[in-house]
Amino acid sequence: MLAFIIRRLFQGIIVMLAVGLVAFSLFNFVGDPINSLVGIDTPLDEREKLREQLGLNDPFPIQFGRFVLNGVQGNFGLSYRMSEPVMRVIGSRLPATVELSLVAAIIALVLGVGMGVFTGLYPRAALSRIFLTVSLIGVSLPTFLTGILLILVFAVWLGVLPSFGRGDVVSFGAWTSGFFTSTGLRALILPAVTLGLFQLTLIMRLVRSEMLEVMRTDYIKFARARGLTDRAINFGHALKNTLVPVITITGLQLGAIIAFSIITETVFSWPGMGQLFIQSVQSVDIPVMATYLVLIALFFVVINLCVDLLYYAVDPRLRFDGSKGGH
Amino acid sequence: MTSRVGATLHKIWDSDVAYSFRRSPVVVVAGVTTLLLFLIAIFAPLISPFDPLDLATIDLTNGLLPPAWHPDGNPEFVLGTDEQGRDMLSAIFYGLRLSLFVGFVSVLFAMALGITLGLISGYAGGSVDAVIMRAADVQLTFPAILVALLINGIARGIIGNERFDELAIIVVILAIGLSFWVQYARTVRGSVLVEKNKEYVQAAKVIGLHPLLILFRHILPNVMGPVLVIATINLALAIITEATLSFLGVGLPATTPSLGRLIEEGNRMLQEGKWWIAIMPSIALVILVLSVNLLGDWLRDALNPKLR
Repeated sequence: MLAFIIRRLFQGIIVMLAVGLVAFSLFNFVGDPINSLVGIDTPLDEREKLREQLGLNDPFPIQFGRFVLNGVQGNFGLSYRMSEPVMRVIGSRLPATVELSLVAAIIALVLGVGMGVFTGLYPRAALSRIFLTVSLIGVSLPTFLTGILLILVFAVWLGVLPSFGRGDVVSFGAWTSGFFTSTGLRALILPAVTLGLFQLTLIMRLVRSEMLEVMRTDYIKFARARGLTDRAINFGHALKNTLVPVITITGLQLGAIIAFSIITETVFSWPGMGQLFIQSVQSVDIPVMATYLVLIALFFVVINLCVDLLYYAVDPRLRFDGSKGGH
Repeated sequence: MTSRVGATLHKIWDSDVAYSFRRSPVVVVAGVTTLLLFLIAIFAPLISPFDPLDLATIDLTNGLLPPAWHPDGNPEFVLGTDEQGRDMLSAIFYGLRLSLFVGFVSVLFAMALGITLGLISGYAGGSVDAVIMRAADVQLTFPAILVALLINGIARGIIGNERFDELAIIVVILAIGLSFWVQYARTVRGSVLVEKNKEYVQAAKVIGLHPLLILFRHILPNVMGPVLVIATINLALAIITEATLSFLGVGLPATTPSLGRLIEEGNRMLQEGKWWIAIMPSIALVILVLSVNLLGDWLRDALNPKLR
């Protein structure tokens, strides 16, 4: 198992280096960094001196090595647009995105698994049909349309929920939280539902099809023959055996939630990292774009690693199979 | 001549695929709807009541009219007008045209790129294969929309924001195409690995045909089935991606509004209760995506020999 984890870690580092290379190339090939630092009337020899000072004439591997070293320490330079350290700009936006994504993920997981189990156990129930129809709509609606429709119904027509911003936030040092004020919580509802809906339908469909498959197996029939309670069969035996694919997809979807928060944050003017990323794309703020890319990649790598570890926790078969190096 | 055409048509009508199409009413409705939307897109300039791109025909006094069935509506503008007095129906027809065009071309581009890289990767093997597939793995960890946004940002940096609008449509196509190639490459590579050991390929090699000729003339036709299924499903995804990019304000410019751009413009009026400007193009988009998706699902099942 240890060998497996080490190999996965190594793969993760490779991915991070590849993404780092892309991010680094952004700085070098998209526009001249000197132009973003000095005025048009700066003479050529002065530019050349600055180049030498900043190490822009060094060989490519040395420059890249320096970039990685700085990046590991969280130093990604200054934002072109705001002339502030990139990490501080992104750091101030991070809490909003994390809180939104967290709530969306919880909604998607709890409701998705719950509805999936229900539709899997009672495929013919009227409620199951309703769930499935709703999920078909959820899959076909682009995220931004879901957001617009929710705003139209709940903010414009009914006027019960706010349609933009985060409401009042409470600060804990560098972290700001909307969980502790009523306006903050109310502002969270529509964006979180929008962000979670697509993932919810995906998880629900997956759990449903897995449940349908598992309920047909012999060991479930045997469990019934042993006279176990429905509860023990449905949750102890059936659901537990559907968990491996569900964890894989859910893990990947967690990453997708962070990425799709770009869209949701734009629709709801949510002051998070995604909104910052769109503004950076529009104004070609390369340092912010590059840093966002690296951060997201880090996030994906960590999630994939966690997913691999979770396999071992839920599926004992893999633990005994460890000598062959996982699955 | 006509009898031969008739015989061919008859053969198509009797084929398994056509039978599974006729059997499902949902698929027939989706097919007819898709066809209808394609026709509207192609003939948009002929059937639109107004020209939404011609500023001379737009009258500001007609601004913000609700749809015709509303008491304040004007029967001349069936789906109402936006704040500039543009007829929504015509704008939707033209937007549909753009959305479908961008969707189609970017899927074709992704397909060409993915197929070529997949063929090379599967046939060459070794380090070429390793490099292409690792690149695919890394890209696959990111959602397509993120890749498309990133490419968009890079293009802006290279072209410059001032001239971006003229080239926006090309950039959007490139961005979507480059973010969807992986699936094709992987599928084609997998099929090539199976096909390249078959006798007909060995025979072609023995005759001394050029590897490129073997790849594109002999192997490619045998791996196209799954590729077409992916392409259909990807068309819906590409349309959604374009709409999303345009909605986020980094896609097509306001001078050539696609459905996504129309929705974005309508979104600004939503707070004032002028719902139709955003909702009408949204409905068009959802119908388009839903029917293409249903067709794709059906095609996947119909071409899958396991499900026959």
